Amino acid sequence: MADVVEVIRAADPVRRLFAPDGTLSNEARQSLGLDPEALRDLYRWMVVIRRADQEALNLQRQGQLGLWGQFLGQEAVHVGATIALRETDWIFPSYREFGMAMCRGVDPAAMLTLFKGLTHGAWDPQRYHFAPLAIPVATQIPHAVGFAMGCRLKKTDEAVLVTFGDGATSEGDWHEAMNFAGVFRSPVVFLCQNNYWAISVPLNKQTAGSIAERAPGYGFPGIRIDGNDILAVYGAVKVAADRARSGEGPYLIEAVTYRMGAHTSSDDPTRYRLAADVDAWSAKDPIARFKTTLTAAGVLDEAADRAVIEEAEGIAREMREKLLNAPMPPAGEAVYGGVYQSPPEPFVKEREEFEASLEQP
Amino acid sequence: MEATMAKALNQALRDSLSADPDTLIFGEDVGALGGVFRITDGLQKEFGEERVFDTPLAESAIIGVAIGLALRGFRPIPEIQFDGFIYPAFEQIVSHVAKYRNRSGISLPITIRVPFGGNIGAVEHHSESPEAYFAHTAGLKVVAPSTPGDAYGLLRAAIADDDPVVFFEPKARYYLKAEVDPAARIPIGKACVRQAGTAVTVIGYGPTVQTALQAAKAAAEDGTSVEVIDLRSLSPLDMDAVMTSVTKTHRAVIVHEAPVFCGFGAEIAARISHDAFDLLEAPVQRVAGLNVPYPPSRFEKLYLPDVDRILEAIDTVIAYG
Repeated sequence: MADVVEVIRAADPVRRLFAPDGTLSNEARQSLGLDPEALRDLYRWMVVIRRADQEALNLQRQGQLGLWGQFLGQEAVHVGATIALRETDWIFPSYREFGMAMCRGVDPAAMLTLFKGLTHGAWDPQRYHFAPLAIPVATQIPHAVGFAMGCRLKKTDEAVLVTFGDGATSEGDWHEAMNFAGVFRSPVVFLCQNNYWAISVPLNKQTAGSIAERAPGYGFPGIRIDGNDILAVYGAVKVAADRARSGEGPYLIEAVTYRMGAHTSSDDPTRYRLAADVDAWSAKDPIARFKTTLTAAGVLDEAADRAVIEEAEGIAREMREKLLNAPMPPAGEAVYGGVYQSPPEPFVKEREEFEASLEQP
Repeated sequence: MEATMAKALNQALRDSLSADPDTLIFGEDVGALGGVFRITDGLQKEFGEERVFDTPLAESAIIGVAIGLALRGFRPIPEIQFDGFIYPAFEQIVSHVAKYRNRSGISLPITIRVPFGGNIGAVEHHSESPEAYFAHTAGLKVVAPSTPGDAYGLLRAAIADDDPVVFFEPKARYYLKAEVDPAARIPIGKACVRQAGTAVTVIGYGPTVQTALQAAKAAAEDGTSVEVIDLRSLSPLDMDAVMTSVTKTHRAVIVHEAPVFCGFGAEIAARISHDAFDLLEAPVQRVAGLNVPYPPSRFEKLYLPDVDRILEAIDTVIAYG
């Protein structure tokens, strides 16, 4: 009997794109079907979301946001994965996927109202096919699998992408969801953004083994790729999603990247990591790397780059203005309005009492 | 028709599956076996493996995938096999099932079925009453029927409800037989008077309603007229029904199997004391489980509220002052 891992690998179309060391092969780079405009668009998105991320941090520092969790350094995963999907494919994020949401068309200023404390939900998930943020780690993963089980039951051609960090792979929900996906052969792509840090705990204290190589234990393939190479992310997600769509089941992508910033604005990474370690990752910056590639290929010139940077500035400025002017929603609606679809009588009465109490001097 | 509660629940599931093609039943052993209590008996055979299916043994994922299926347009009816096994799913229920609409505007029409309560001579983890944890959580509706007829009607109502419902089934009463009217509509949030009386109000839900009725019968033989209120829904709570009765009797006794400390009775007692302080002839009494982990089964009779303890509480509120 052939080794199960070998059988799963032999039928793995994602692995064919990659050299044994996990880098995207030159042949695969050409086969992605991205014309110069599409390549520039990937670059553009990375620049835009990085600038917005920086602006959000500025807003936090200026007291406008209660908290901000930067994704600096992880732009290739955010953009590559989102653009590789169809718009009808759902994405289930954790809490750091601001960039992915922007790529899906969610208004970044609206999204920041969540961190300003005006709402728990700043967009309509059904409009953007982008689920609400899931703050308790790994809890969104079974939701994604259930959604994918539903796609299979309804016989649609949707795929589902769920993303999480390396820390999430320690949670029971990760295991349970991976197992369900394997058993029900659900059209779901598990995208681990292995950014080396779960707040202050490094990868080697999170797990003693490989993340990607756990997938065959659940009956489907997994691969570890360079998460700072946007084309590698794009290619892996696209092929894994198409494979899921065609009924071949789930796939696990471990995209190796690095959290260049703090866990959140409340964190102090100087207490647990060396500046030199962070500097080493600066050399692998996903935007700088892609810019070099595109420039060398004659796809991006100085003028086009300047235009992208200006556009990003404009988007950040508009986001800032909109956030500063975001109105406080009425308290009754903000506090009580979302809880029930058909609010029970006692609940309605309590809301009325609450609202009446606000009107008293 | 006359049916046991188990049969009534099975019929409610069958009728819901027939009525709406988006309803799904899943959980541990609910397929070929028909559930450890046979509540899903025959449903997989009748509706197929896509709509009634066994899952891996993982409670958190059972509830987690129910959320995803609901987002995809289904009306999931997951089963948690026993009360004491619901805790791995606690986070999914409390952080997500209950709060998903509040952060997304999307309602989750999920009905989580859970056999609960003791008195079946079981080993540990098979006799618990965790209802207060869930009633404490806004966003959920929590119900517990006490009769076959209510079991049918409330389960249909729960499945039809667009909000998530935790549906507690009193497992010790699964084989209680009574008339079931499938046409009767039993709305969530409405209590009922199981037996009319004038001297004392005894309030129960789920398994303790039968015990309360037995106590009322015994009290009647001694000339005490007891009114028995069956809450049926814990959240929303029908305080109007409770107050109507207490306004008449001026005395209240609450009965549940869960430990008395921070049990559901504490909420009712507080509400009665607040809303009817001047009407009360005696402090509200609670007859409930002891403040210990559910004991070994040979001792469960000492833990559970029984007729004698209820009668004692009735005597106390009548003799007071």
